[in-house]
Amino acid sequence: MESNENILEVNHLKINFNTYAGTVKAIRDVSFNLKKGETLAIVGESGSGKTVTTRSIMGLLAANSEVAGGDIQFHGKDILKMSQKELEQLRGAQIAQIFQDPMTSLDPTMRIGRQIAEPLMVHKGMKKDKAMAQALEMMKLVGITDAEQRINDYPHQFSGGMRQRIVIAIALINYPEILIADEPTTALDVTIQAQILDLMRELQNKISTSIIFITHDLGVVAGMADRVAVMYAGKIVEYGTVDEIFYNPKHPYTWGLLSSMPTLDTNGEELPSIPGTPPDLLDPPAGDAFAARNAYALKIDTEQEPPFFKVSDTHYAATWLLHPDAPKVTPPEQILERQEQFAKMQKDLAQQGHHVEEEEEKQ
Amino acid sequence: MEDQNAKKVLEVSHLKQYFNVGKKDEVKAVDDVSFDIYEGETFGLVGESGSGKTTTGRAIIHLYTPTSGSILFNGQQVIGMHDRAKMQQFRRDMQMIFQDPYASLNPRMKVKDIIAEGIDINHLAKDDDDRSQQVADLLDTVGLNRDHASRYPHEFSGGQRQRIGIARALAVQPKFIIADEPISALDVSIQAQVVNLLKELQRKRKLTYLFIAHDLSMVKYISDRIGVLHYGRMLEVGSSDEVYNHPLHDYTRSLLSAVPVPDPEYERTRTQIGYDPKYEDGSKKRELVEISPRHYVQASEDEIPMYQERAKKMGLEIL
Repeated sequence: MESNENILEVNHLKINFNTYAGTVKAIRDVSFNLKKGETLAIVGESGSGKTVTTRSIMGLLAANSEVAGGDIQFHGKDILKMSQKELEQLRGAQIAQIFQDPMTSLDPTMRIGRQIAEPLMVHKGMKKDKAMAQALEMMKLVGITDAEQRINDYPHQFSGGMRQRIVIAIALINYPEILIADEPTTALDVTIQAQILDLMRELQNKISTSIIFITHDLGVVAGMADRVAVMYAGKIVEYGTVDEIFYNPKHPYTWGLLSSMPTLDTNGEELPSIPGTPPDLLDPPAGDAFAARNAYALKIDTEQEPPFFKVSDTHYAATWLLHPDAPKVTPPEQILERQEQFAKMQKDLAQQGHHVEEEEEKQ
Repeated sequence: MEDQNAKKVLEVSHLKQYFNVGKKDEVKAVDDVSFDIYEGETFGLVGESGSGKTTTGRAIIHLYTPTSGSILFNGQQVIGMHDRAKMQQFRRDMQMIFQDPYASLNPRMKVKDIIAEGIDINHLAKDDDDRSQQVADLLDTVGLNRDHASRYPHEFSGGQRQRIGIARALAVQPKFIIADEPISALDVSIQAQVVNLLKELQRKRKLTYLFIAHDLSMVKYISDRIGVLHYGRMLEVGSSDEVYNHPLHDYTRSLLSAVPVPDPEYERTRTQIGYDPKYEDGSKKRELVEISPRHYVQASEDEIPMYQERAKKMGLEIL
C-alpha cells in the first residue's frame, strides 16, 4: 500500500492566534510529510496543536489566526496561499475530514442519502439520481444495514456508531487522496470504536487513501498507524514508525505518555504520571518546552531548544538526551521493557533478512 | 479486599429504575441489579453508553427514586428515606465526583465558596477562620495551591478543576464516594495524576469508592472488584483480576477484546470476539450465580453447567 512518494509536505509551519490576552503561538515550526497510502498518527494532549495543524491543511483556520511562516505543499501548490475558491475545490474532493463528534457533524434537517450525495453534486456536477445511486453504494460499503430503506432517514434516527459511518461515507464518496480523521472514535463505545477502526482500515485498502489520524488514545494509534508524530506545546518532539515510537521511544515526553496509560496488565500502587501541566503558549518557555515537567531535564534544556537528533532513517527525536555529550539516563521501567522487546524484534528481523538473503543467494 | 469478613457498606438488591413507566416509551434503564460494596474497596462499574451505569450511581445517591428494589447504606434503607436529619447525614456520608470538570463547578463562585458549600450547609466550621483553614487544608490535600482559594473556576485547567471537585466532595468528610467517569474529560498525562490522587486519598481516609467508567484499562487498574453492566443488567461480577483475566460471560469477553492496547505487535494479531445477545433475551429467568468463589455470572438454571465447564477450562476453582 505504502510508497515513498510524498503526497503532502508541511514545512516549518508556524501559526499564531491573536487573542485579547496576546499572541498564542499554537504551532511553532512543525514539519512532516505524508506518504501515499500510509496512516500517519499525530498524538498529543489538548492544546498541543494537532487539530490546528490539520485545520491549516484544510484551510479551515479561524479568523484570528495568522500564518507566521512555512508552507504546505500539495501537488506542487502551497495550500496556505490558495484562494477561497481553490480551497473549496480541494475540500471534500481531494482532502476530506472526519470530525470527532458524529452527533454534531451531520445536518439534522437533511436526509442522509442527500448528505452523502452532496459532495458528488458539488464537486463533480453529478445529477441527483446518479449521485444518489452512488450514495447508496457508499452506504453499503460503510456497512449501513438496509441501506435502501434507510437512505431517506434523518441523522437522529441513527445510533452514534451508524452516524459515524455516515460521516465516513460523506468523507470518502469522492475518493479523496487525503483523509483527516480528528479523534473519529473518541465519542464512541469501545465495541463500536473497534468496528469503525476496522472499517477505516478496510476502506483504506480499497481506495488507497492516505490518512492523518489525530488521537490521544495510544491504543488506537498502535492499531492504526504506520508512522507516528508526537506533538507537545506546538511542536513535533518525536516521530518514527509505529514500532519505533512504541518500542524504542527516545523523548522523555513519549516515555511519560506511554507509561502513564495503564494496560490491562498494569498492577501496583502508583501510576507513573507526568507532573504539572503543559506550558502557556502565550509565552512559551525558553529552551525545551517540556523541561519543567521533565524528570530527565538537563541544564541546557532550559536554555536552548533541542534540535532533532537522528535515531534511524525514519526515527527522529528532539531531546538533548540524544546529544553525544549528554549523560546516560535510564528510562522508566516500562520503557526499558518496551526497548527490550524492540531489540528482540530487530534481532528476529535481522535473522529473517539473513534467511531471505541466503535463499536469494541459492537462487 | 476479598476478605469475607469485611463490612458491607452498600447493599444494592433487585434495583430497578424505569423511566416513563406505563407509557409506550418505557425505558428499563436499570433492571434488577444487585451488588454489595465492602468497606475500603473500590468497586468498578463498567459498561457501554446506555448500559445503566450512571443511572445506577444516581439512584444510589438518591438523585432518582428507584422503581423498586432496596439500597442499604450502612444497614439503613435509603429508598424512601424521609427523616431530614438522617437524609442530611446520608448526604454527608456519600458524595459524588462528576465527569465534566467544566460543567460541574459554578462559574460565578470562588473556589473557596465552592469547596465550603457543604461545610456551611452542615455547620462544620466553628467560625470564618476555621472555614478558611479547612478550605486551605483541602486544597493542600488535593495538591492545589492554597492561594488559589479566591480564584474562579475558569482560571484553572481541566485537571485542576477536577481536583477542586474532589476537594468539594471531601469537605464534608464522606465515607463513600461515587466517581462517575472522573477522568474521561482529562488528558492522558493528567488522568494518571488524578487517579493517583484518588488512590492516595482512599488509603489515607479509608474511603470506599464506586468508580463508574467506560475506560476498561483504567477501571481495571483502580478497582478491587468489577461489575459488568449491559442493557441495565449486571452480567458478571468478580475481582478485577478475575473478570479481566478469566471473563466468563460472552459479553465481557467481547468487550475486553475490543479494548485497544498501546502495543502494535498485540494489535496486529488481535482478534475481536463478537457477541450474540441471546444470553440476555429475557426469555429465561437469569440470576447472578456464583460459578467460582466470588465470581458471579448471570445465568439461567440450564446455562450454569456451561459456565462451570468454561471456568474449569480456565483452571478456576468450581463451586
